[in-house]
Amino acid sequence: MVKLTIDETVMEVPTGTTILEAARSHGINIPTLCYYKNLNDIGACRVCLVELKDKDKLVTACNTNVAEDMVVYTNTPAVREARQTNVELILSQHRVACTSCVRGGNCSLQTLSNQLGAKEPAYQEEWADNQWDMTFPLIRDNSKCIKCMRCIQVCDHIQSLHVWDVLYPGTQSTIGVHENKAICDSNCSLCGQCITHCPVGALSERDDVGRMKKALADPNVTTVVQIAPAIRTAWGEAFGLTPQEATVQRLATILRHIGFDIVFDTTFSADLTIMEESSEFLKFMQHKQPDDLPMFTSCCPGWVRFAKSEYPELLDQLSTSKSPQQMFGAVTKTWYADKIGLTPKQIFSVSIMPCVAKKAEAELPSMTRDDGTPDVDLVLTTREITRMIKSEYLDPKNFAESRLDDPLGIGSGAGVIFGSTGGVMEAALRSAYYFVNGENADADTFKAVRGENGCREVTTQLGGKDVKAIVVNGLANTRQLIENLKAGKVHCDFVEVMACPGGCVGGGGQPIHDGEEMAARRAPTLYRLDHNDQLRFSHDNPSIKMVYQEYLGDPLSDTAEHLLHTHHVASER
Amino acid sequence: MSRLSLDTTTAAEKTAAALYQSVQLRMAVTPTSVCPVEIASAYAKLCHSQSCGKCVPCRIGLGQLGELLDEVKTGHGSEATLDLIERTARSIKNSADCAIGYQAAAEVLRDVIAFRPDFENHLEKGYCLAPHQGIPCVRECPAHVDIPGYIALIGAHRNDEAVQLIRQDNPFPTACAFVCEHPCENQCRRNIVDKSINIRGLKTYAVDNAAIDILPMPKAAPTGKKIGVIGGGPSGLTAAFYLQLMGHSVTVYEKRHHLGGMLRYGIPSYRLDRHDLQRDIDSILTTGVQVHMDYDIASVADFQKLQADNDALYIAIGAHSDKKLRIPNEDAQGVLSAVELLRGIGDHKMPDFSGKKVVVVGGGNVAMDVARSSVRLGAEKVTVAYRRRQEDMTALPDEVQGAIAEGCVIAELMAPIKVEVDDQDQATALWVQPQIVGPYDRKGRPAPRDAAVDPVRLEADIVIVPIGQNVDSDMFEAAGLPRKWQNLAASNATDFPDNAGIFSGGDCVTGPATVIKAIAAGKVAAANMDSYLGFNHHIHADIDIPDPQLNDPVPCGRMALKERPAAARRQDFENMALPTSDEEAAQEAARCLRCDHFGYAAFRGGRETQW
Repeated sequence: MVKLTIDETVMEVPTGTTILEAARSHGINIPTLCYYKNLNDIGACRVCLVELKDKDKLVTACNTNVAEDMVVYTNTPAVREARQTNVELILSQHRVACTSCVRGGNCSLQTLSNQLGAKEPAYQEEWADNQWDMTFPLIRDNSKCIKCMRCIQVCDHIQSLHVWDVLYPGTQSTIGVHENKAICDSNCSLCGQCITHCPVGALSERDDVGRMKKALADPNVTTVVQIAPAIRTAWGEAFGLTPQEATVQRLATILRHIGFDIVFDTTFSADLTIMEESSEFLKFMQHKQPDDLPMFTSCCPGWVRFAKSEYPELLDQLSTSKSPQQMFGAVTKTWYADKIGLTPKQIFSVSIMPCVAKKAEAELPSMTRDDGTPDVDLVLTTREITRMIKSEYLDPKNFAESRLDDPLGIGSGAGVIFGSTGGVMEAALRSAYYFVNGENADADTFKAVRGENGCREVTTQLGGKDVKAIVVNGLANTRQLIENLKAGKVHCDFVEVMACPGGCVGGGGQPIHDGEEMAARRAPTLYRLDHNDQLRFSHDNPSIKMVYQEYLGDPLSDTAEHLLHTHHVASER
Repeated sequence: MSRLSLDTTTAAEKTAAALYQSVQLRMAVTPTSVCPVEIASAYAKLCHSQSCGKCVPCRIGLGQLGELLDEVKTGHGSEATLDLIERTARSIKNSADCAIGYQAAAEVLRDVIAFRPDFENHLEKGYCLAPHQGIPCVRECPAHVDIPGYIALIGAHRNDEAVQLIRQDNPFPTACAFVCEHPCENQCRRNIVDKSINIRGLKTYAVDNAAIDILPMPKAAPTGKKIGVIGGGPSGLTAAFYLQLMGHSVTVYEKRHHLGGMLRYGIPSYRLDRHDLQRDIDSILTTGVQVHMDYDIASVADFQKLQADNDALYIAIGAHSDKKLRIPNEDAQGVLSAVELLRGIGDHKMPDFSGKKVVVVGGGNVAMDVARSSVRLGAEKVTVAYRRRQEDMTALPDEVQGAIAEGCVIAELMAPIKVEVDDQDQATALWVQPQIVGPYDRKGRPAPRDAAVDPVRLEADIVIVPIGQNVDSDMFEAAGLPRKWQNLAASNATDFPDNAGIFSGGDCVTGPATVIKAIAAGKVAAANMDSYLGFNHHIHADIDIPDPQLNDPVPCGRMALKERPAAARRQDFENMALPTSDEEAAQEAARCLRCDHFGYAAFRGGRETQW
């Protein structure tokens, strides 16, 4: 323990604590900007400055450890002056466009400069420019970039993709795509973690709200919307709703109010994915030798993009089952369209996803129908749907819950937990067990795969055989696992990969709370819903039974293969 | 009013002069990560600020040059911009009235030509090829020793761990403490404030004060792989040490009677005490390295047998054969080879130079070693004849000053022409041709040429010729290894493209170079040999580094290393270094700016805890 004084408060904190953490633990607030706990403590913005007794040089609280008998002052004339100057310098390179910025009202720089009382610009403004492919699902606007380096850090350390880099040293320091490649030529997985870690509006998703509004206004199309499992953990955050209030049923009412015609649940097609993927896995296991590489899930498009750019040689190990989003689109524009007597072109199929990579997935040529229309016409992130609701001046608290539409609005608890790391694996094992044994295990049998660690494993028995499953989240963790698998240091049968830390609940399309990792807070909502659900097995979902009975036949049937499976090729990203 | 008055310096002029001096200091430690376009532009602008404003090329041209360079820097402009920059710089160089203008343009022109690919990259791809900044001293050290780390440990009185941390990247902490050329100090960021940290001095303090020579290092499980190392010098022993820690079974084959290579047979003991050298060697041997002494690999068959007996080989035979001057009577009695003299001293064979007049030819570190050894062997007079100026000598300035203090006479601008002999074929003098210094040569040193005066006779009973060493590599060429000149042509990864399993590094690849470069080669070889054998072992010392001291960076003098008085030390071969006090070491360690924590390294290019 170390004893020190901050602003007259004498405190004792563990050795190795930073001044910032020590202060916060005693209710003393030191402003920060570039700092991000456990990711970015590099002292770049020089906002968290503090003064030490008898020292002239100010130090950054974020990366200076406390020392015995240290005396720290957080608000001295020198601190105030330097902090104010530094924020004004940052503002001189930041295109202040708060009124039209997606981060207006949720921007750390805006908050900071408001709090500090930044006045008229003291310095000549000079914005960096960058050319950007505005059709790409991820948008970078360097005129707003404050060079906090967080995007570089998250991509380097959490995702191991090194998409971002400092392009020039010296006076013109700029952040851009490594070697200034066009973003579409880079190995970006579109996980969107750089967006959720950006303190300002320099990084954002491509805004497709305009296209959505156009479709809603078109009397000739029927809008069919699917809501991904993870949305129900997060959509209410912007409106001050508790997780209990922010149900998918309340969101359904709001979406209908906005004008969506039919509101469905991606949980349905999560169940469908489980039917196909677990059947595929059981088939895979019939031929698998202990030393063979495992089968990988393929429902996370960030992971699939990663596999295509980093490990194209592994693509044959990926499940051919389409993701829930794409299965949903495929079923909507065939079986369901038939059912309600519409042609596929009369349906505008929309998904609400916690994810940026889903936008790219929906646009893949292989996810397009023979007539050239995509199975999913438009993907909106949680943030975009939040913005839509806000722009309609709706207060969600005033809306009652309502049932989702039949039949694709029905999903099981197994489908709901898809939104969390480990969820796909748990759901798949529940159904695989049933397929092998002809009866359900207790729904919580496989709960050992739950958790927050980057890589977890569980061994279970299927048909008298040990099956070793590994669940991994975050692409750096994934890379490590794959390297170990390839080197023969790790063996297993089935791997679930989610590109984002914590899975879709922590997805790159989810609401942004600067400095907070939300996945661990959101996941319990999914497990609560699963726990309280009467329906906890994908194969028990009556709508699933119906679609197989009426249309698909059995899992892995020719129709199912044609409609619900794909072939992963590296050239298609 | 008086007809004349004396000039005085105004306060403003003094401040300006101080600013200029700090520009000089700053430029001396310019990080390698600086964008060449940007530095050229900044240079043009700085020079422009010195323009008197009279002549067109300087007054206008330097400003335009800066603007054009900025255009390139930001990725604007085109190939035509580069051409315009070249034309502008060339015109200013050829037409400005005074050196303020034409010299500025000449430097920019040189930069543009040398960095053309980098300039083109800015234009075509829009980013800079310059590497990211790292920790200056660590980056400059060929072995990438964690210098701020061990300085912090010294500051925290943890000398054992400081030495151990050095050993993570360099198993010769003691030898390097005394003889390293310390390239780390060149770009020390402290130079911006006052003067670089005395890094080698602190290392000396650490090894002098460490209670234990070697703390246990993590050792991998035995791999069953056998590795042969040819040559027990710094490079071979470095590779042996790390490979042994990686779990391989290493045998060193040493031609001579003792280990240490040039550390023993090239560096006299007054600079590196044999006991200090032995501390490092013993520490290396504690890992279980096997050694065969007096073991010569003389024939291709010998080499092939070694190859057959081992899974991989590392050749680190150094550069031990003499280069000749090619002057008349070079083979006379009394003309000695520096390599042989120092080798003899290394094996405690001390010739008696009492009453002899010695002339040493050359200006490198070996020349100084030989001259200073001659003094200690009792020579009556020692003269160092060098064909360039004293300031052009490649020997470290401290070495030259040390030699002068011990009584050596530097005869600069004297090129040897012949050895004079008596009828017994015994050398009696070295004839030298006085030189005048002339224009700079291609390496940027002023080249000497014969002065229009008569040759001079330097009386000499003994002439010693340390002008360079060759690699004894004929046998290896016969065994099928590629060579470049006499050197083995191994890659920067220490391997050969067509000879799998054979690695080589150190002086036998680079030609005579520094100890730390040889050590770096051994480290690189160890890593790559481990990979070659199918492993991925890592070397790590696992030592927590103290937090930086949060001192205000006020200018403070650099610690000086003390030596025994010249009159005393010239009498013997005992270590001439005097210990550094705790007080001095603490102050010096506190001067370290901790570039591992502050600056870019906090973000990228920071501490590497293993390799």
